[in-house]
Amino acid sequence: MRTFERKIKYEQEVKRDFARQVAETSWGKEILDCIQCGGCSGICPTAPYMEHPPRKIIAMVREGMKDEVLQSFTIWLCASCYACMVSCPQGIKITEVMYGLKRMAIEEGVYPKRFPIPTLARDFFALAKDRGRISEFWLAGKLMIKSGIGKCWSYLPIGLELLKTRRVSFQRETISPEGRRQIQALLETKEGIQ
Amino acid sequence: MKFAYYPGCSLKGTSKAYEASMQAVFRRLGIDLLEIPDWNCCGATVYMSVDEAQALLMASRNIALAQRMGLDIVTPCSACYLNLLKVTKEIQENSPLGQRICAALEKSGLGIAAPKLPAVKHPLQVLTDDYGVSKIVTQVTRGLKEFLLVPYYGCLLVRPLNHRDHPFFPTKMDFLLKSIGADVVPDYSLKTKCCGGTLTGTVEEIGLRLNYLLLKEARRKGGNAIATVCPLCQFNLEMYQKKIIQKYREPVSMPIYYFTQLVGLSFGIGEGELGLRRTPKVQERPSAAGR
Repeated sequence: MRTFERKIKYEQEVKRDFARQVAETSWGKEILDCIQCGGCSGICPTAPYMEHPPRKIIAMVREGMKDEVLQSFTIWLCASCYACMVSCPQGIKITEVMYGLKRMAIEEGVYPKRFPIPTLARDFFALAKDRGRISEFWLAGKLMIKSGIGKCWSYLPIGLELLKTRRVSFQRETISPEGRRQIQALLETKEGIQ
Repeated sequence: MKFAYYPGCSLKGTSKAYEASMQAVFRRLGIDLLEIPDWNCCGATVYMSVDEAQALLMASRNIALAQRMGLDIVTPCSACYLNLLKVTKEIQENSPLGQRICAALEKSGLGIAAPKLPAVKHPLQVLTDDYGVSKIVTQVTRGLKEFLLVPYYGCLLVRPLNHRDHPFFPTKMDFLLKSIGADVVPDYSLKTKCCGGTLTGTVEEIGLRLNYLLLKEARRKGGNAIATVCPLCQFNLEMYQKKIIQKYREPVSMPIYYFTQLVGLSFGIGEGELGLRRTPKVQERPSAAGR
């Protein structure tokens, strides 16, 4: 016998102040102007892969579906190409909203674990902060190890092609100690700390 | 003409050929590029997902360093270009974030003289807007008649902050390539459709499809090579071709060039100097006889 689950949420089950929380930020203050035209979902190159395309994500933010939004893969599938933001008739900074939601998900520790995109974001952040520059080979290597040995094999053909065309550099890029001190100082000012 | 050159991390790694070809072309035109000493990462597209203020603070150090050189900035990577523009915009608009950036720079001994900041430019803009196509064509020694080029701009060079070209149907590269003697596909509708960026490396099934569509449409319009302006677009379109062909079983391969390599070719600069020997073998270069 088929069982039926309720598909909608009742008011007491949502976080009503989520919309306000987003609308009070510099990046999300326009979301209340959304007219749900769907232009963003139409132009988004990765929307066919999202469980909640951009139009729906904005509707969900406004309705207070905080957990569903922050735990979704959608926000991590945004490739930040800015097509939606440039064409939005209401001037909503949709790409910046996606970035903002990613940051909220990381802050609250609810991003999808063992999914390579947030892992890459955090490794990239750490490497850039620490050494001042990114060494693509070392970053990719770290990501491969973290995403599991099984997945490593699928990167092999590209790795070989990179070697053959001499496009890979094993050098660990870094800036001068003085430069690294400057970056540390910059990020440790009270302006740098959120 | 002299610029502060901000390479960005890709140009020192997987996209050395972009750096080499741009430098060769600029040298030929007498445009000086002085690398910003001790530049640091701009934060790319992923840093923003972790911390907005810190991402812009990292990028702002480069603007401060360029201002000390007294020069405008040239950066060939679209992500670097956008990030440096973002910082400039926040500071010039004196937004709360811009004020935070200025204060933090001041405190760390990198104070900048706002709001008059160095301009941030992409080499395509330098060539078409500043130097001028009419002067560039005087250097052309060989036509590029073997090519029917597909100009592909990707996202971040034209969106959201560059207001000197159309965000969806830009034409500056089309114009440049035509002027140096190449044939250009006039109606490539995907010229600013995303290549997936870093997503192509992390979620391959999505990236492969995005790049497959770009290649397939380029073929359908009759193109035999794609010209790019961004290290990551070039990387995704070129390096994933084998996988794309395996997956979709369609012969969509074609060579992918940095636009500076094509300009260099038309100037008669050697292939080695333009980094053209680094191209994978599957993507054969069109020959004049083949068209």
